[in-house]
Amino acid sequence: MHLAQLNVAHMSAPLDSPRLADFVASLEPVNALSDVAPGFVWRLKGGDLPTDTVQHDYGDHLLINFSVWESRETLWNFVYRSPHLPVMRRRREWFERAAVPYTVMWWIPEGHVPTLEEGMERLELLRAKGPGPGAFTFRDFYEPDGLPAQE
Amino acid sequence: MGSDELDAVGVLNDPLRRELYRFVAARGREVGRNEAAEALGIQRTLAAFHLDKLADAGLLEADFRRLTERTGPGSGRPAKVYRRARGERLVSLPPRDYRTLALVLAEVVDLLGADEQAEEAARRAGERLARGASPEGGGAVAEGGGDAADGGARPGLAALLEDRGYEPYEEEGRIRLRNCPFHVLAERHPLLVCSMNLALCQGVLAGLADTGTSAELDPRPGECCVVFSKNNES
Repeated sequence: MHLAQLNVAHMSAPLDSPRLADFVASLEPVNALSDVAPGFVWRLKGGDLPTDTVQHDYGDHLLINFSVWESRETLWNFVYRSPHLPVMRRRREWFERAAVPYTVMWWIPEGHVPTLEEGMERLELLRAKGPGPGAFTFRDFYEPDGLPAQE
Repeated sequence: MGSDELDAVGVLNDPLRRELYRFVAARGREVGRNEAAEALGIQRTLAAFHLDKLADAGLLEADFRRLTERTGPGSGRPAKVYRRARGERLVSLPPRDYRTLALVLAEVVDLLGADEQAEEAARRAGERLARGASPEGGGAVAEGGGDAADGGARPGLAALLEDRGYEPYEEEGRIRLRNCPFHVLAERHPLLVCSMNLALCQGVLAGLADTGTSAELDPRPGECCVVFSKNNES
């Protein structure tokens, strides 16, 4: 099984505004980093340019990251144990604080390319029912067999 | 605290064994019996005996590796190698549990969105550490950790980091930290704890009045997220 992760964030200004300039500048190096990271399988691209963000109909100012990884550990190491972390530390400068969960993961069969609709459904599931085998988070993680991860 | 913890730590009572444990831990990689024996100037069989005791106690993990490129007939058996075990051993007498409370407090910081205040508090804590005026009394410097900090000579950055369990080492002119002293918390609340750790390290630099060095995040798997570099490198 592979691990899919969807992450949404509400930008506090338009993507082409000066306020988001540093964030936009980080897109190319961070995307390049993810594409060669150990365990990286796939990510939804917005276009041919490295700075193209995912286009969608889920509202303006909503930035979407959607990727697939071989395991919890490889995704974790990319998110928290790589130059991605210092960029994420600055999230408050660019994104609104979220009162609801803004990131969700779930297991998919290897080779399956998930759709954005599928991802948004998983996020809704997490928001409605809390963490479970079909929609979970790093903190409340579920194994592919449906059991909660041991602490 | 289980008796397992005490038993494991009790294995370190032997000074030579303690030296071997420190040596393997400081390598940050797998160490063979020959290498350990040579480093400590002892017989290979003696080193093997103590390394296996440490592995039996769960303080080291043992494995087998071919240490040369040669394979096939004549290349010999794979060698036994050791590395520090990942699991942590907590021993506190009388029993204390700061970890559970720290996890609860970290969750509260997350719920309140108070990470900036948490970083500020961590920065102040770092300054106090550097000034040897930490709330827990400061001044206590571990064996081999450098000069005493309580009113005596001020320990340097590396000694202070060593004393706080960061296990600093040099790489390409920068100080990297082999061990994350806040590991369990950093696994549960990585963004908060790594940010606080960076602020704490920056506070240490401020407290030492070390303006020639800067701390930044450069995380990689299995280590602390902070690195120190010299400013104005020519």
